[in-house]
Amino acid sequence: MSLANTILSGLKEIWAHKFRSILTMLGIILGVSSLVAMSALVKGMENGTREALLAAGGLEKIRIESQFDLPVYQRHLMDQAQGLTMEDVYALRDGAPLVRVVTPAVEQMRFREPMTVSYKNKTSEPFQVSGTWPDALEVNEHKLAHGRMFGPLDDENAASVCVIGTGVRDDLFGSPEDLGHEVIPLGETINLNGLPFTIIGMFDMYESEKAKKERAFKKANPKLAAASGPTRSRGWGGGKGGHFIFRLKNNTVYIPLNTMLVKFRGLTPGSASPTDPGPVRLSNLNMKIPSIDLLEPAVQQVRNVLMMTHKGLEDFTLRTQEDWAQEITVAIRNARLSGAVISGICLLVGGIGIMNIMLASISERVREIGIRKAIGASTLDIFVQILVESTVISVLGGIAGIGASYALVLIIAAFTPTDNTPVITFSALGVAFLFSVAVGMIAGLYPAIRASRLHPIQALKYD
Amino acid sequence: MPLVELRNVSKIYHLGGETIRALDDVSLDIDGGEFVSVIGPSGSGKSTLMHILGCLDSPTHGTIKLDERMIHDASPRELAFIRNRKIGFVFQFFNLLPKLTVLQNVELPMVYAGVSGRERRERSMRMLQMVDLDNRSKHRPSQLSGGQQQRVAIARALVNNPKILFADEPTGNLDSHTGEAILELFRELSTQGRTIILVTHDPEIAAVTPRRIEIRDGKVANNLDARLAGLDRQAGSAAAAPALG
Repeated sequence: MSLANTILSGLKEIWAHKFRSILTMLGIILGVSSLVAMSALVKGMENGTREALLAAGGLEKIRIESQFDLPVYQRHLMDQAQGLTMEDVYALRDGAPLVRVVTPAVEQMRFREPMTVSYKNKTSEPFQVSGTWPDALEVNEHKLAHGRMFGPLDDENAASVCVIGTGVRDDLFGSPEDLGHEVIPLGETINLNGLPFTIIGMFDMYESEKAKKERAFKKANPKLAAASGPTRSRGWGGGKGGHFIFRLKNNTVYIPLNTMLVKFRGLTPGSASPTDPGPVRLSNLNMKIPSIDLLEPAVQQVRNVLMMTHKGLEDFTLRTQEDWAQEITVAIRNARLSGAVISGICLLVGGIGIMNIMLASISERVREIGIRKAIGASTLDIFVQILVESTVISVLGGIAGIGASYALVLIIAAFTPTDNTPVITFSALGVAFLFSVAVGMIAGLYPAIRASRLHPIQALKYD
Repeated sequence: MPLVELRNVSKIYHLGGETIRALDDVSLDIDGGEFVSVIGPSGSGKSTLMHILGCLDSPTHGTIKLDERMIHDASPRELAFIRNRKIGFVFQFFNLLPKLTVLQNVELPMVYAGVSGRERRERSMRMLQMVDLDNRSKHRPSQLSGGQQQRVAIARALVNNPKILFADEPTGNLDSHTGEAILELFRELSTQGRTIILVTHDPEIAAVTPRRIEIRDGKVANNLDARLAGLDRQAGSAAAAPALG
């Protein structure tokens, strides 16, 4: 008997018991759809966090922050600790060959020492005002959309120039969403804590992939996207742009390091009084290494250099994004595992359902099997017939389950307020489908063996 | 050379410590083209004989040669092949598959023989024409009368052009009038040269066949050839069959 014929007769058999077959398929449908939906959710989560990780500088970034608490055994040397200085920057640049770029930064964070930017009658408090070197653009994964970054000369001259993020622009000049057109405030003068600064550049608008898509959708269908009903405040930041890292990056003002030191010396750390500046204390150093594989030796190298310049005092901490990446990996693995367990159980139950129904079906059809054998069906023919029938049930269930998984993902996406859009991958679909086929075959194995072993005479006498 | 050759065939069952000799040392020859009835009361072993002749079962002892091939020790796979190509069955309860149409039922043996779809259809329709049911090909067996169903079963049994046609109480489930018609059909097939073995408990039905084999307690009790008593059987069978049809 040809396979096509067998499949056809299997389909007929299933069609003859529509309701029963659908109930049987339900187990497989649930299993497959939960498998696909789970993997889609996890994939979305993974994408979201990886995006944020990349926005924060990627894995190749090492950040050194000054730390005022020394280890217990060094506490008595507290007054010797000088924090991060330019000396460290030069030492790292010259003494740590594994470090590709290093940029110092003096940063004013909104939650510690807020700085005010103002333009005409509008003011804003950016998350971060950073005095830094031009290389910070690369180290912190910033991209210029308009204008230019300040150069070494601006730094040398302590020029009153700044590069702003789109968040700052939105606050001072209005956002494109409100105005209907984008303002590019190059050449405008804004006040930073009362001092005039010329805007020479503006960063890209940073946002997650999902936010980008939503914005494109709103642009394409303004009517559809118009809010129906009252708008609610979704708290701090308005939930715009996804992960906080994107909002933070958008609400940034960069000025040259020297400008920061000269104009806002009173605000910089470590300067007890303006008359006695002492060594310049930096907020942090950011650096990039050429490749993630070199992370460990690079960290060791940086630590060694800094231990030298700091005379053995550990008044700094090294931060890599590796811990974060590790956490992501672990979280993803756990989520994936729990999803796999749940859908595995679903598929198992589905498989048991199929086996059950196939056993019932063959005991209903003993006589039919006897007749088929009498007219020349071999043991193999009967075995294949039953196996194909159960596989067809599960394959149909698998296909329906894949359809159901799309619906399931839509539903889940509708009421989870994440930025992690679930992503259905082809490999997930493939795996789920293969699993459903395998479950059908395994579930059909025992009934098929039983049916094929029926003795034709006994089967013919059976009522 | 006989078509079927049984030599010292025994079939022994063990039922709860009791040994039952369903067939006890049976030796038989059946030639091609013969119309034979196997007769005996229930429990005599005639069904067992038919099952063994029909390759549905294997004997405990003895040898069977069917169409010049030893089959008493054939594998289940070979037996299935022989059932498919060389043997046709007609049963008391018709044994059509209720979910398939008449045409599909007739096609089924060819499905297992691997015949292509178009040829299956053509040959099935020809067979249905022969039993005069080609206008019912799209019906389900349940929509036909008993006699019609039995005719479909006969069409199915013959569709692979088998060497032997077995009929197990083919009229047992039909009224006498319809049964008469079915027997007439068998007689007609016999005149066309088919080898037919008819199993029955009814001497009246057995009377229509030229040769009667009577089974009693697992042994051949009587092997009557009504044709031309006294003549050599080998010579007689070929000449006599058309004359009696």
